[in-house]
Formats: sequence, structure tokens, C-alpha cells
Amino acid sequence: MNALLAQTRMELLLSLRRAEGILITMIVPVILLIFFASIGLKPDDYEDPIDFLLPGMLALAVMSTGLVSLSIRTAYERNYGVLKRLGSTPLSRPTLIGAKILATMAVQVVQIAVLVGIAVAGYGWRPSGAFLWALLAVLLGTVVFAGLGLLMAGALRAETTLALANALYIGFLLLGGIVWPVEEMPGLLSIPARLLPSSAFADALRETLSAQPTLPWVNFLILAAWSILAIVVASRTFRWE
Amino acid sequence: MTSTADHAIVVQHLVKSYGEKRAVDDLSFSVRRGEIFALLGPNGAGKTTTVEILEGYRAPDAGTVRVLGLDPQHDAAQLKQRIGVMLQQGGIYPTVTASELLHLFRHFYRDPEDPEKLIDLVGLRESAHVRYRQLSGGQQRRLALAAALIGKPELVFLDEPTTAMDPQARHLTWGIIRDLRERGLTVLLTTHFMEEAERLADRVAIIDHGRLIALEEPKVLTQANAEEVQFTAPPGLDLATLAALPAANSAREPRPGFYVIDTARPADLLAEVTAWARDAGILLNDLRVGHESLEEVFLRLTGHELRE
Repeated sequence: MNALLAQTRMELLLSLRRAEGILITMIVPVILLIFFASIGLKPDDYEDPIDFLLPGMLALAVMSTGLVSLSIRTAYERNYGVLKRLGSTPLSRPTLIGAKILATMAVQVVQIAVLVGIAVAGYGWRPSGAFLWALLAVLLGTVVFAGLGLLMAGALRAETTLALANALYIGFLLLGGIVWPVEEMPGLLSIPARLLPSSAFADALRETLSAQPTLPWVNFLILAAWSILAIVVASRTFRWE
Repeated sequence: MTSTADHAIVVQHLVKSYGEKRAVDDLSFSVRRGEIFALLGPNGAGKTTTVEILEGYRAPDAGTVRVLGLDPQHDAAQLKQRIGVMLQQGGIYPTVTASELLHLFRHFYRDPEDPEKLIDLVGLRESAHVRYRQLSGGQQRRLALAAALIGKPELVFLDEPTTAMDPQARHLTWGIIRDLRERGLTVLLTTHFMEEAERLADRVAIIDHGRLIALEEPKVLTQANAEEVQFTAPPGLDLATLAALPAANSAREPRPGFYVIDTARPADLLAEVTAWARDAGILLNDLRVGHESLEEVFLRLTGHELRE
């Protein structure tokens, strides 16, 4: 086994040992999906609630893995001197970041499988849409939220990262197009909310996974801009100790 | 002459500042291959800064360092395969066990040591599957030592290796470090614990305020002032009276109530001091004949105590 795979396995092990991480990445999206699908929450222009809810919960799950789980774990690794210690081993920093991204994506595969499984089995969702575009949306979303997570973890104190990651998660969940479309928000609030990475991500998934899929190029542009911003700022501000 | 063939580490005129403060100030020394070399000094003396420059964590402001003939900044990738590092604290995932950590680190090195052998070596067999945060302070340090050895390094940096250890763990660790020397490794350790430097090191560099104060074998440092008689008594005794005893050369009171009399005839002086104290009605405590301890050497060389 090479260093990348060994480190990826360690990252997954560390994720599994954080109970609150599993709560926020796995259990919360599942419970919200079941809860809102059961009460039939949907905007007027959707026929079936699951067509609206599933993309939003997929977005929430992918977002939480990078923005919350990865950021808090990495922030505490920095706090405990683990990142510093790894820096004196031959494990290179690109390999370490690569292992973190691979582990994040592995968790996302499980999240997507579980959420899609519940939607299909419990609410009669039939996969439809442009899957390659949806996959591209997931990849862009992964980069955006993992990038924002690493940005916080590398620049802020661990306690600050913990608080801010959870605050952003709640903020995006409630105001960022995850459980309710930003178009239906009151007045001026809808315009900045439209530019949030969470609403661009959730909308991109809704557009690509609908029965008549469209290429969500505006949302892709918004996500690409957030990706570049997160990577540039994170690579300039990241401190290893 | 210091050449990289005989020396694992060569430091020349090293300078490192943090803002206004000079942490390392024109420091030069060399570590021979195969020796245990100790950097001894109080907290804030610049020991850790020096070691972290050698490990490649920080760039020097001025001066040059060579580690195994390499530049830690430019040849980092090559160097990391050949050194082992034990940080002053932390550096290990709290939720991971000794076994898991060593089996992970093994994959980073071209020719790794067997993790199970290292677990036995540092005495963690019974705690091999206990998570790091549940280990005692001493066990945590021993796991950090094992992690420093996993790559079969030629040179190990041990920053305060026995802090948080009880005496038993400390002696076990000293034994492990001596065995490293037997196997041909070079060891650079920092300590503010003089007994550690005295017992373990082939040579000791005393550092204070980022400067080199002395660099000798421990026994040369401690025997510089021949023999002496030491005791504690009420502070403020007349030093001239003590120095006038027939066998005495000179007398001093380095700390209030702690007296040191230099002599060439310690047995005679001992008798004279006790007779004088009986006549003067003074109770002597901790009366002993000895060499200077490294702590006293430090006090004499720097004017202040090692632990502060």
C-alpha cells in the first residue's frame, strides 16, 4: 500500500471515530429528507416533493462533509500538532491534501447511495436527468466546500473553526436554497442568497436531475468562482502549525 | 575543521529572530556522527528554534546549517527519509492507537522498521491498542519516540524526550536512547533537565539567550573546578572566615544559604568545616564532597539558574 492510500484509510478511520461528524454528515440529511418528504414540503412548481427535496439533501450531505466534518477534523489536527509532525515525514503535503479529498469523496459516495436509496425505496423517486452534469455539479460542490473547510481549518483557531463551520452549515441549510428555493425568499434577500455556494449547488443538482434536465451554466459559473476563491485564499493563508 | 563526512550536523553562525527578539544569536556547533549531543538550556533559550531549523520547519535568517550533508530547506524531501523527529509535544492523532499510528507511518518510508518491534522496544505492548489520548503522559512520549524511529533514521531529533515521564519511564527511555547510539545512530536531544544531559550525552552544548555558552563532555564541564565541599546553612555566613580554613582555597555562596568551598584536600576540609560549625553553633545541612553539578556549572557560566 502506498502513502496516499494509507493516509486515505487513516482519514476515513478518523472520520468514523467522530460521532458528531457522522451525525451531521449522515444522520441529519437522512432525517430531514424523511421528515420533509413525509409532510410533503414542496414549492408550487414541483409535482412531487421528492423531486425537490432529494437534490437539496444531496447538496446538504456533500456540503457537510467538506464544510463541517473535514474542516473541524483538520483544524484540530493542526491544533494538536499532527499536521506539523506529518510535515517532518516523507508524506508530502499534496499527498496529505489528496488523501483528505479522497476520503471526503468516499464518504460522499456512501451519503449519495443512502439518500438515493431512501428516495427510491420510500418515495418512488425514479432516477432521471443528465447524470454526467449532476456528477460535475457534485465534483464542483466538493471542491467548493472542501476548499472553504480547509480555508477555515488552516487560518483560524480550532474552536473558531468549530463554531463557524456549524454556523455556516445552519445558515446555508436555512437560507441557502437547501430546504426552500431562494426565489421564494422575501424581496432583496433572494439576490445575495442566489449567489451563495449552497443555493448554486442545490439548484444545479435540481436542474440536472429533473425530468427535463438543463445545463445549469450560471450555477456552474457561481460554483467555479467560489472554488477558485476558496483555493486561492486557502493556499495563501493555510498555516500548518 | 568540520566536514560533513564526520559530522551529522554542522551549524555555522546561525541567526533567527522573531520580531525584535533574537531567538538564536550567532550559534555555531557541530554534531559528530554516532554521538549523543545535548542542547541544554532554560525554557526560551533557543533550543527548540535551533532544532526546528535543522528539521526544516523554519528557514534561518542568517548563517548556514547542514544536516547529513544536506540543506534542510532545499533538500527537504531527501532529508525526511533519513531523519526521525520527536516534537516537544503532541503531534499524534488523539483518537488513534500506537499500533495504528506506527502502521500508518510505516507507509511513508522506503525502508521502514517493523512497527511491532518498536512497540516492544518502547514498552507499549500492553497499551498498543489504547487510543493516544487515554495513554499516560509518559506513554505518549514513548509513542512519539517510536514514531521517530519508524523510518530507520540515521539521525534523530528528540525535543525534551522525557518530560512528563516518571523516573521509571525516564530510565527506560535513557536506555533506549543509549541503544540507538550502539546501533550507530546520531542523536540530537534538547533538555532542561541536567541529569539527563549528564547521564546520556557524549557532549553538551549549554545555550542561553540563543548563544552558545559552553560545549564540552559533561565530565569536563563538571570537573572544571576540581573538588569542592558543599553545604546549606543560614544565609549570610562570613565567606572570608570559610576561605581562611587551612584546607580551603576559596569560598562562595551562589544562592542564599548554599555554600561552596573549593579545595584540593576535601577530606581535611570536611573535618575543618564541621569543627568550625560546632564551635560557632551552626547547624549544617546536606554537607557533601563533590564535583560541581551541571546545574552549578550553568549558574556559574550564566549567572542564573537553569530552571526559571
